[in-house]
Amino acid sequence: MSINRRTVVKAIATGGALIGASVLMPKIAFAAWSKDAFQAKEQTAAMNALFDSATPEESAEVTLKAPDIAENGAVVPVTVVSTLSGVESMSIFIEGNPSPLAAEFIIPAGTKADVSTRVRMGKSTKVTAVVKANGKLYSAAKEVKVTIGGCGG
Amino acid sequence: MAKGILKVKAKSSGGNTSVKMMAKHVMESGQRKDAKTGELIPALFLQTLIVKLADKVVFEANLGPAVSKNPYFAFSFEGGASGDEMTMDWIESTGKTGTETAAIK
Repeated sequence: MSINRRTVVKAIATGGALIGASVLMPKIAFAAWSKDAFQAKEQTAAMNALFDSATPEESAEVTLKAPDIAENGAVVPVTVVSTLSGVESMSIFIEGNPSPLAAEFIIPAGTKADVSTRVRMGKSTKVTAVVKANGKLYSAAKEVKVTIGGCGG
Repeated sequence: MAKGILKVKAKSSGGNTSVKMMAKHVMESGQRKDAKTGELIPALFLQTLIVKLADKVVFEANLGPAVSKNPYFAFSFEGGASGDEMTMDWIESTGKTGTETAAIK
C-alpha cells in the first residue's frame, strides 16, 4: 500500500480518536496499565517493559512473604513489605508463569509499603518482589513450591 | 455495570487506616481451555484498581491475570477517620469500569 494523502489523514484521525478517548478517561491515563509488561512472556522482558531495567538490586529492606510450599497454585498468598523510604511502587513477578508480571502496586506518599494479595502460580518457581524507591530498584526473591498448578490445565 | 463487586473492610486507628478488600471477579487468565470445545477461554480480569480518599489516591494496583480469582488486597495508609468515605475505581480488561464507595469504620 502506498502512503498517499488519504491514508495519512485517516491514520491521524484514528490516532486522534484514541488520544481523545484517553483524555475522556483520565483515570485510565493516570493508571497506565503497562500492556507490554503484563503481556511479556519472560521475566527480564517484563521488567524491562515496566522499569526500563531488569537488574534490581537485592535488598534486605525488601521482604517477600510467601509460603515455602503452596498446596494450591491458584491461590498463593504473597505479602511485600519494604522498610525503604520513598517507595513508589511494588511489583510481583512470578518467573515460571506464562506472563511473569502478576501485579504492580503504586504506593503514593502516606501509604505504607506493605501490601498483601493472592496470586496464581502455574508451577514451582521463583517469586520476585521488586520495589521501586527513589527511582531505584530493589528486590527480594523466594522459591515457592506448588503442588497443584493454578493456571488451568 | 456490574454492581458491588468489591467487599471492603477499612478500619481507622491511631491516624492510620488499614484496608482489606476483596473483589468478586472470575479473573479468567486466558490460559484455560474450555472442557468441551478445547478452545481457550478468553482472558477476563481486573486490570486496574484505584482507591481514593477525598480525591487523593491512596492505593493503586495494576493487575495481570496471574492474580487469583476473587482478588484480595490488604494495605494501609496514613490518615482517614471513622466515617470517611473511600472511592474505588476499577477497570476490567474489557474496558468496563466501575466506581464503588465504602466507609471507614
